[in-house]
Amino acid sequence: MQRDKAALPYAGRSQLARAMALLAPEVERSFVSVRGDQLTDPTRTAFDTIADLKSDLGPIAGIQAALHAHPDRAWLVLACDLPFLDTATLRHLIAHRDSSRIATAYRSNFDGLPEPLCAIFEPRSLPIIEQSISQGQHCPRALLARSDVTLLDLPNARALDNINTGQEYAAAVNALSAAREVPADAPRPAPSDALRRLSVRYFALLREQAGRSSEVVHTQAATPRELYAELQRRHGLSLAPEFLRVAVNDEFGDWRVPLADGDSVVFLPPVAGG
Amino acid sequence: MARFSLHDGDLQPELLRQELQHPGCGGYAAFEGWVRDFNDGRSVLRLEYEAFAPLALREGERILAEAQQRFGVERLRCAHRVGPLAIGQLAVWVGVSAAHRGEAFDACRYIIDEVKHRVPIWKKEYYEDGDSGWVNCERCAVGSPAVHEQPPVQGTR
Repeated sequence: MQRDKAALPYAGRSQLARAMALLAPEVERSFVSVRGDQLTDPTRTAFDTIADLKSDLGPIAGIQAALHAHPDRAWLVLACDLPFLDTATLRHLIAHRDSSRIATAYRSNFDGLPEPLCAIFEPRSLPIIEQSISQGQHCPRALLARSDVTLLDLPNARALDNINTGQEYAAAVNALSAAREVPADAPRPAPSDALRRLSVRYFALLREQAGRSSEVVHTQAATPRELYAELQRRHGLSLAPEFLRVAVNDEFGDWRVPLADGDSVVFLPPVAGG
Repeated sequence: MARFSLHDGDLQPELLRQELQHPGCGGYAAFEGWVRDFNDGRSVLRLEYEAFAPLALREGERILAEAQQRFGVERLRCAHRVGPLAIGQLAVWVGVSAAHRGEAFDACRYIIDEVKHRVPIWKKEYYEDGDSGWVNCERCAVGSPAVHEQPPVQGTR
């Protein structure tokens, strides 16, 4: 496929924007790894970037540059062509991170080898990566396969399926945008995998700031907390979440409880009846 | 029959009171909340209430059930206005009947206090200087220094 996979749209957002939205809540800071010739690409420069130090090496150069930029931090490295990636997969990886190894990675469902582009690279991996580069070995998968890494099984088998052909892209767009229309007997994606269709109602100050009293949102937000953060950015809502309560399906709810497709959500500003 | 209700027209206390009559009751207490022309040092011209009705009705009923359980009173009723209100208008009505006056007073007080804190009803005040604001919301912006579970309830009427 000749097209820039980072810019491919799914439900109106670029794949890169979707990946960054998934990643950002789970990590301290997030960056987009760029080649020298991508430094002015608007899809990428919407985010903080880290430029490769060496050219023509592929993804390993991005991992090297990140570890150079912040050598005291572990790096969750993520490819931007994983349309099925979900929060659960990221959290499982983070929860099972083993900082005593050079990396924590998922085991590929296809060949059993480590998946280097949804993996956590520890600071101690930098010298090994640089040695590999100096020896002309630029495949991060091969590097992890011969190194001391922790390998995890994927909680959701399809989460790291990537797309390399136009046909695969069309299938992914279909699977993500029509998640609600699948017949009951068809294989369904795991709940955390698909975009949720949520109805949101706004009251009082939030209604005025959002400029509407209700809307239907298609989102990957998994909890009310994530949904509010998304809506806060979209509508410029001024109220901090710690002052609000949340109602799910017309009953008081919890900010951390997973949302299901079709749920109705209301964020309740501080009340003032009586 | 619903004991907590929302109304977009005038509340009728004499009808609400009739719902509380019971031969075993020797006491009846009621509270009326009126629209006041000042709040927090500002001159108020009128106000507007807005409710998230499905949850407001449910939470209101829960408060009345709690009051009945806690104070052993006989009958309870609370009605709240929504929509625009003028100064002096009746905004909320609470009434309780019981065998004796003590528990009627106590239950009435409990209900109005809980309603103000818990029921999803919001109040927008329109001020004399042309400004307006949602009561309890204006100090809750991102980055506000004080973080409360629920901001302090401002005095009303």
